Amino acid sequence: MTLNWKIGGLLLGLVFFAAVLLVKPIGVSTQFVILDGIVADLANPDLVTQTDDGYTSTNAYLAKSGGKYAKSVANPLNYSFIFVLAMVVGGFVSVKMRGGLDQAEKTMPALWRANFGDSAAKRNIAVFIGGFIVLYGARLAGGCTSGHMMSGMMQTSLSGYIFALGAFAAAVPVAMMLYRKEA
Amino acid sequence: MTSIILAIVIGLAFGFVLDRVGATNPTIIGRMLNLTNLALAKTILLAIGVGSVLMFGGQILGLVDVGHMSVKAAYIGVFLGGLMLGAGWALAGFCPGTGVVAAGSGRKDALFFIAGGLLGAAAYMVTYPSWKASGLLDSFAGGKVTLGTVPGSKFDGLTALPGDILGLVLGLGFVVLAFALPDRLAGQPGGAAQQPAE
Repeated sequence: MTLNWKIGGLLLGLVFFAAVLLVKPIGVSTQFVILDGIVADLANPDLVTQTDDGYTSTNAYLAKSGGKYAKSVANPLNYSFIFVLAMVVGGFVSVKMRGGLDQAEKTMPALWRANFGDSAAKRNIAVFIGGFIVLYGARLAGGCTSGHMMSGMMQTSLSGYIFALGAFAAAVPVAMMLYRKEA
Repeated sequence: MTSIILAIVIGLAFGFVLDRVGATNPTIIGRMLNLTNLALAKTILLAIGVGSVLMFGGQILGLVDVGHMSVKAAYIGVFLGGLMLGAGWALAGFCPGTGVVAAGSGRKDALFFIAGGLLGAAAYMVTYPSWKASGLLDSFAGGKVTLGTVPGSKFDGLTALPGDILGLVLGLGFVVLAFALPDRLAGQPGGAAQQPAE
């Protein structure tokens, strides 16, 4: 079901290459900020405002770098945001084509179940906290596994190596501690 | 309009392939990170290598626009943020990209990951001024740099080595590493299947 790593790695590499050939390197985590901005701007239309030469925001993070995030919030139909929405559809199509995901997996992955039992609430709370830490960290770092690690190291960017070092330095000990039983 | 079509096509392909290599399955992420099954690590190393060789090879042949490169800045926060992301990645089994694709694949727990992620990103937006003031976001080693100096690139090189040739060599190095990496580094060969039930 899972592709052999040689075929999978080749295909994944081709996608990263296609992105940089045709448009720009792949990145995802910024779009969490953009979606937050879109929602917050609906609640408070003063958050993002148009200026003579672009966009700005009352939030310092959205306003940074000449308001490039503010611009994306004001124009959600941009490349990077649509890209992430298309990724969701890509995952949906892939699963449908391989016969769907079984019910148990829809609730939680097998490795979690083997180590922490059947409680969906426990799994969902842990994943919610994990998501918070992941995205806070990704924005602090300025990118995630796609943008920093894969696109970054592929371009020989110094920051990509620093990010990967930090990510694995934490991920490996945490995973070894959490997942003692194999599944 | 062209850019939106490209976003749809490349985004679909990325989501599809992430699912097919197993990156949307937290069990496979967990096995990679606890070092009991490194198949996905081999996939990632090979992908970085293939992407690098094609991009830099294409640049050398004049077929790939150097201007499409986009290099992020290096600062202390990159390492700190990497540590945080790593810890959360191990706990949840999702990273930002695989989390959204996993939600598309029907994993309900991935929706909680996205909700937590949106809150985490919002928390960063609010606390950004403190990070900025702390100096931990200040660039070091030239900030947006590549390891070598890539001809025609708007980004500086950390060294004067020819960046495109270095990229090609490092890309091949990632491919070699993918093949050289053993299937597992921890636990019992054969895994749970050979363990008596507890």
